[in-house]
Amino acid sequence: MLESSENYIQITGMTFARGDRLIFDNVTINIPKGKVTAIMGPSGTGKTTLLRLIGGQLKPDSGEILVAGQNIAKLSRQELFVARERMGMLFQSGALFSDLSVYENVAFPLRVHTSLPEDMIRDIVLMKLNAVGLRGARHLMPSELSGGMTRRVALARSIVLDPELMMYDEPFAGQDPIAMGMLVKLIRSLNTSLGITSVLVSHDVGESMSISDYVVLIADGRVIGQGTPKALLEQSSPLVTQFLNGLPDGPVPFHFPAEDLASDMLQGGTRV
Amino acid sequence: MFDWISQWGRSGLDAISVIGRSGIFLFRSLLGRPATGFFGLLIKQLYSVGVLSLLIIIVSGLFIGMVLGLQGYNILVDYGSEQAIGQMVALTLVRELGPVVTALLFAGRAGSALTAEIGLMKATEQLSSMEMIGVDPLRRVVAPRLVAGFISMPLLAMIFSVVGVWGGLLVGVDWLGVYDGSFWANMQQSVDFREDVLNGIIKSCVFGFVCTWIAVFQGYDSAPTSEGISIATTKTVVYSSLAVLGLDFILTAVMFGNL
Ligand SMILES: Nc1ncnc2c1ncn2[C@@H]1O[C@H](COP(=O)(O)OP(=O)(O)OP(=O)(O)O)[C@@H](O)[C@H]1O
Ligand SMILES: [Mg+2]
Repeated sequence: MLESSENYIQITGMTFARGDRLIFDNVTINIPKGKVTAIMGPSGTGKTTLLRLIGGQLKPDSGEILVAGQNIAKLSRQELFVARERMGMLFQSGALFSDLSVYENVAFPLRVHTSLPEDMIRDIVLMKLNAVGLRGARHLMPSELSGGMTRRVALARSIVLDPELMMYDEPFAGQDPIAMGMLVKLIRSLNTSLGITSVLVSHDVGESMSISDYVVLIADGRVIGQGTPKALLEQSSPLVTQFLNGLPDGPVPFHFPAEDLASDMLQGGTRV
Repeated sequence: MFDWISQWGRSGLDAISVIGRSGIFLFRSLLGRPATGFFGLLIKQLYSVGVLSLLIIIVSGLFIGMVLGLQGYNILVDYGSEQAIGQMVALTLVRELGPVVTALLFAGRAGSALTAEIGLMKATEQLSSMEMIGVDPLRRVVAPRLVAGFISMPLLAMIFSVVGVWGGLLVGVDWLGVYDGSFWANMQQSVDFREDVLNGIIKSCVFGFVCTWIAVFQGYDSAPTSEGISIATTKTVVYSSLAVLGLDFILTAVMFGNL
């Protein structure tokens, strides 16, 4: 475990529910500063929800979330917008502005938050687009991009202000091996050269283990393991080994909570 | 029985919370420092909300003015007072049909478009990602659209009335042969600036405010699914139309009812 003074994000005793469903049950997660932390867990456990909680788009029901020492849930609307200027977030869907071209999408944060001259904006935008391999696609509109390209443009947009904290929601989904290798290098180099704290949500166990300094495994509303990749791999907890080795049977449920299949089938009728 | 009562109570509470949320929404959008580049965003919205609505407003105004001229002539000619047709067409348009019909067309043309656009931006997480960039979508996306609606609607209503008078002139004077001197003189004598024109403008300002508010709020408040957007668009048109007709009665009673 790292010292708490070195944690960029400190989540303590946080509980969050969606209606009656408890998504997080009293979890405590620390995310070290200047490191790459991977959040892994089965689909639907609340990884995207966790990023939204950190970004202040959702508020926890109890417990606190400190980001750079600030309690995110207690900030006013205005303070929250200021705090977010230091965060970058790559959405699972990309979420580019559909009325702006690729170039203008990446330039958008610069235009609203800085008063840089146009030629400087151009240089920065082209540099970031180059880093994701899409400098040549700058005149295209978002509707003309493929899914993988959309996420890479979104990635360029989210790093254009050089944030202190970068959150990536599934950056590798839908990327070919070449783009994937490039993204891994990019995420790593942002981290080493700029000292950005990175939070990475991914299902790709191999890739995340190799890229990250620290791993948090969540399942079933709880943290089932955290530590360095090496420590986790050595750990003998059945939960952790099941997830990391991708075994279908074990304590981590593959299914969304439901009554068991046989009784569901035997119930008859047409009730859904 | 109890189910029924609790259902009723719940929809009552829902309605009150929607009113509250839409009020907060309006204040947050309009109060405080405007977004950077607000003026440019406003011009863009004035174009898509106002200029693009011009065609439907002009064509409808022309036809309504022509119908008024025709109907008015048929009624007035029995009393030998067909030269009063100018007065009739102008008063009807300026006081009532101008603001009301423009608002109804505006809700259908611009209001539904605003709702669908904002709803889709929400469903595709564009509003969320704007928030995470540190930009308030209420200031940047919503406010220019609101202001553009407030500005466009009275102007469109004026254009509607002017084109309508011209339509009445075409039918009454050029086609049915009413003497154009008395057409204009009658109109000039009877239409009072404060009483008629100003009240009409006030009406269209109120309608513009309400229609745009409803449209933008419904988009922002929609469920982020295709079904949610379609429900929100329908609500925009239905609520705006009802609000316009209801408010028109109240405003008319206050303005012309000698209360
Ligand atoms: N808007 C919402 N309303 C209600 N429940 C929701 C909503 N969004 C998500 N959920 C629920 O919250 C849970 C966590 O969702 P989340 O999107 O965080 O999962 P995830 O871990 O990111 O999954 P994936 O890996 O598939 O992206 C899911 O079980 C989902 O059913
Ligand atoms: Mg997710």
